[in-house]
Amino acid sequence: MRTLVIADIEGGALKPATLNAVSAAGKIGAPIDVLVAAGSVQAPAQASAAIAGVDTVLTAEGPAYEHALAEPLAALIVAQAGGYTHILAPATATAKNVLPRVAALLDVAQVSDILSVEGADTFTRPIYAGNAIATVRSADPVKVVTVRTTAFEAAAASGGAAAIRPVDGAGDSGLSRFVSAQLAKSERPELTAARVVVSGGRGMGSGDNFPLVERVADALGGAVGASRAAVDAGFVPNDLQVGQTGKIVAPELYVAVGISGAIQHLAGMKDSKVIVAINKDEEAPIFQVADYGLVADLFKALPELEQALGA
Amino acid sequence: MKLLCAVKRVVDYNVKVRVKSDTSGVETANVKFSMNPFDEIAVEEAVRLKEAGKASEIVAVSIGPAACQETLRTALAMGADRAILVQTDAEVQPLAVAKILKALVEKEQPRLVLLGKQAIDDDSNQTGQMLAALLGWPQGTFASKVAPGEGTLTVTREIDGGLETLELTLPAVVTTDLRLNEPRYASLPNIMKAKKKPLDTVTPDALGVDVAPRLTTLKVVEPPSRTAGVKVPDVATLVNRLKNEAKVI
Ligand SMILES: Cc1cc2nc3c(=O)[nH]c(=O)nc-3n(C[C@H](O)[C@H](O)[C@H](O)COP(=O)(O)OP(=O)(O)OC[C@H]3O[C@@H](n4cnc5c(N)ncnc54)[C@H](O)[C@@H]3O)c2cc1C
Ligand SMILES: Nc1ncnc2c1ncn2[C@@H]1O[C@H](COP(=O)(O)O)[C@@H](O)[C@H]1O
Repeated sequence: MRTLVIADIEGGALKPATLNAVSAAGKIGAPIDVLVAAGSVQAPAQASAAIAGVDTVLTAEGPAYEHALAEPLAALIVAQAGGYTHILAPATATAKNVLPRVAALLDVAQVSDILSVEGADTFTRPIYAGNAIATVRSADPVKVVTVRTTAFEAAAASGGAAAIRPVDGAGDSGLSRFVSAQLAKSERPELTAARVVVSGGRGMGSGDNFPLVERVADALGGAVGASRAAVDAGFVPNDLQVGQTGKIVAPELYVAVGISGAIQHLAGMKDSKVIVAINKDEEAPIFQVADYGLVADLFKALPELEQALGA
Repeated sequence: MKLLCAVKRVVDYNVKVRVKSDTSGVETANVKFSMNPFDEIAVEEAVRLKEAGKASEIVAVSIGPAACQETLRTALAMGADRAILVQTDAEVQPLAVAKILKALVEKEQPRLVLLGKQAIDDDSNQTGQMLAALLGWPQGTFASKVAPGEGTLTVTREIDGGLETLELTLPAVVTTDLRLNEPRYASLPNIMKAKKKPLDTVTPDALGVDVAPRLTTLKVVEPPSRTAGVKVPDVATLVNRLKNEAKVI
């Protein structure tokens, strides 16, 4: 048995979610290699080689990998797949895009978004927006798996001393071309890795009111999130959506403001350690999962909260 | 250009599913089913492309039991021209769905296949990517905007850091995200008209596809439950509790 973890790279750097995938790979118990494919591999390869528990870092460099396009990246992974019984990646947008393509090219199933490793071929995963947890066993020779990062501790980012070995890439397929990206810039911690998340919903009324949430997030050193309704209404960009079909978060503290608590939203945050809900409707379903509920008008409560935290 | 849309019949998103006490699965008897919401978005986009003169014909496909006819009629009422039911009572996992769709693509020769990004029952988020792989076509997943060009398709995608725009060479596979459009409600006259539109039925066998599952579900259980905590009277109490009781700030 041998496991290949696909590194997630964003803006040229190794994304911390990779550490959680390595830790899931550790539960399988086989030696772990990491594949780093990027426009320029030096920094992410070194970061990968330092992860505790990694054997070898394979690198593929070139413009074809700069934007993690699915077609060349899947071809590269498939070309490297020989000898591996497991191919794992953190369930980020990149891996969700690429890994099923890899699985189909290998004629195997993918196990999406695993919560635990029960054995080398057996995993648990959420279905129906996390309202049920299935234990599934794969009969395929290669297990292609994406990892729910909130379900696994991060592996130590240092202490490892893996060898780095370049591999041949398959090059560009010419099937797709990167045109442009509109990436959100933020000084705040990354949503899926933040210790505190403060999210606003439709109750915020407009994007102009979101600074009320942002200031509380800043007072707590946290990230800002949102419900689908807030994103659909254009209050905030799509990358802030928390939920079944958005980002999955499990911070120490999650504060839901003006969010009703639909199952699709709960699916993305109900594993948070402490949940606070601020909502003017005392019947709102969010209170059923909140450790601390405050029935209040958010336009009054948020400035008060900001002040109390600053004091 | 001809379009193919894959539409799945799933437990309606408003239903709070219950796990069966024998842990064999979730309760689906006497539960409302609907078209997977992302697939409604796929059909809507196809219809808009046709209305804009960018598409000639829309074929809707569903794989599953006879009841999927209902789902297909909904697609027809929204504006699809014809429907194909690949009928089976067996569990069909994403890889097998992709193989069935590939067989139909080879028959129907569409230039674009539209799928949802994720079925809200299995939450797999795999089928479109698998289909693109099997066909050797490019993929534009999690699309929030699509614009056809000359032999190409420009797709804006929702990614973790924001948005990304790609240009795909046609033929291609696209999977829809929530912000691509707002699906229409079918009007009563269109629902009536849909009843007369062609709906063909085939089987996976007839398409030469082996649907044997690769994953075996050993058990299905409830997630750890969370119980409601306490209501606090004011912000000062909240902050105090978070500091001194929960110790998270
Ligand atoms: C396929 C599909 C996928 C989905 N995926 C997601 C997902 O990933 N994430 C997600 O979040 N949703 C998702 N949804 C949507 C989900 O079903 C809900 O519609 C959405 O979460 C509602 O957002 P909300 O709570 O902000 O809005 P609402 O449900 O409208 O709630 C607004 C709340 O704000 C409160 N409020 C209003 N004014 C004030 C005030 N002044 N002070 C205090 N409180 C106030 C109200 O009492 C209310 O409870 C999905 C839906 C579908 C069909
Ligand atoms: N049984 C099915 N019939 C038709 N389309 C399907 C079926 N299963 C999956 N799909 C399509 O594939 C998409 C993604 O599903 P999944 O990979 O299961 O999350 C769905 O949104 C549908 O467009």
